[in-house]
Amino acid sequence: MNAFLHHFSFEFRTGIRNKTLLMMNYLFPLGFYLMMGFIMGAINPLFQEDIIPAMTIFGVLAATLLGIPDPLVNARENGIFRSYKINGVPSFSILAIPAITTMMHLLIMTAIITVSAPLLFHSLVPVNWVNFVFVFVVSAFACAGISVLIGVISPSSRMTVLFSQLIFVPSMILGGLMLPYNMLPAAAGKFAQLLPATQAMNAFKGLAMGKVADFSAWGSLIALLVSGLIAFVLAAFLFRWDSHNTARKGHPLMALLVLLPFVVGILFQI
Amino acid sequence: MKEVVVEVKNFRKTYADFVAVDQISFDVFQGEIFGLLGPNGAGKTSTLECLEGLRKPSAGSMRVVGLDPSSEFPKLKNKIGVQLQSSGLPESITPDEAMRFFCAYHGTTPRYDLLDRMGLTLKRKNQFFELSTGQQRRLALALAVAHDPKVIFLDEPTAGLDVATRVELHTLMRELQASGTTIILATHDMAEAEQLSNRVAILLHGKIERLGSPLEITATGAGLTKISVHSQNGCLASQANGFPAVQQHTNKDEYQIYFSADIGPTVSAIIDFLQREGDPLIDLRVERPTLEDRFLEITNSGGAK
Repeated sequence: MNAFLHHFSFEFRTGIRNKTLLMMNYLFPLGFYLMMGFIMGAINPLFQEDIIPAMTIFGVLAATLLGIPDPLVNARENGIFRSYKINGVPSFSILAIPAITTMMHLLIMTAIITVSAPLLFHSLVPVNWVNFVFVFVVSAFACAGISVLIGVISPSSRMTVLFSQLIFVPSMILGGLMLPYNMLPAAAGKFAQLLPATQAMNAFKGLAMGKVADFSAWGSLIALLVSGLIAFVLAAFLFRWDSHNTARKGHPLMALLVLLPFVVGILFQI
Repeated sequence: MKEVVVEVKNFRKTYADFVAVDQISFDVFQGEIFGLLGPNGAGKTSTLECLEGLRKPSAGSMRVVGLDPSSEFPKLKNKIGVQLQSSGLPESITPDEAMRFFCAYHGTTPRYDLLDRMGLTLKRKNQFFELSTGQQRRLALALAVAHDPKVIFLDEPTAGLDVATRVELHTLMRELQASGTTIILATHDMAEAEQLSNRVAILLHGKIERLGSPLEITATGAGLTKISVHSQNGCLASQANGFPAVQQHTNKDEYQIYFSADIGPTVSAIIDFLQREGDPLIDLRVERPTLEDRFLEITNSGGAK
């Protein structure tokens, strides 16, 4: 436990000390939030209703998808995991601690947004704070799990960027952050439901913001939770201590199983 | 009889069709510094990685302090210390944090005194990427020995270090050896291996070509002794192979260099010749073959004994 706490303490400080992680955990999400608050607030007054959940989800996506995988890949490529293995650092700590510390940073970032948005932009505040925190934690858990999984399966930093952007970019366009889900064409809407951002936005709307969800809000929450669990289990299963070790327990394509809960959600609505 | 702490029997490591190590066997005793030498691709790293529990042998057996590294690693981790060739530390970790972090996972008290000993006192709060290569290597060594392991694996420990730091590290290694710690040293620095190792194994193409003390290894082979002579008038220039037991001759700067199979008659004949010619002797040096000479002889001959 003592070792886990030392590891956690170091990783948490790295989230602020490392310039890239500081950017992904705080500067990028908060800068984007301020920019969107001032611009979108002036263009589209309805954005005030969604600014807190939308910018929270944006922060979650940025800190997890853009912040977690690359350091994992670099650590593996630079022999840091080998050093960890020799010194008895368990793979559980290697996978769990970056996810937990990122969620802690996200909690701080979200607190800044929820406190400042009503003051700066007269935004709609959550009507159910318990559910707001609950949806936030589950969304961050799911995105952190998927990000850790990307870090585990990526063969290189270049591929990490590609895999992360495959989720990040569609999430920005179709995830309901900028454009409401109900304005999407039906086919695009179904595709959007494969994205954690869409599910998180729907859960925030239905469970925390006092609005009508576009589809089952509890279903979204359960899908996110199960997807996160699958992601962490797969990450532990596919984990490799070094890139030269050819022995891998399963094929990286198994990572696509994280989408299974979202697919089931779409099928049940049909 | 000293206790065997590392036992390797018929160890073989293959990667697909490539045989990296081919059925090697050796023992390392308690308190010994054992050098593992060989050119790149000879199988040193594969051997070390299997001993460290990072890889599994393809065949044969290994025991480190009585434990199988591949199946009993959890028990072994506190008994071995490893300094990897790569840094093995996150860029943003400080020496203090690294010491706390690794000692916590080994369940021991942090040894900050080792950081001071390694000359890192002023760098304890700096991030890893801010340290020089030498400082990074010193930190890695401090971390490898901080939990008082019984066997230490050092992979190129002094590469990139200045002379003073190298001497300090050698002193530390001798102290560890004196306290009963066994050290397995993989290095390309033959002078270091010769100076520190009780025994060395020279690997070539995955096999052990020579195993023994540096003296034993240098005593075998061609065994020619280098005799360098500088006289005031340079009269030796005309005497290429004219002295007894001389098998090769060359010159460099002001020196005539003879490679002799029997130094006594050669040196006597050189001195007699200089006296006869009335040419005052300025310098005469006799150097036995070094481990590096022997290593090059072995590797250049492809391992033929």
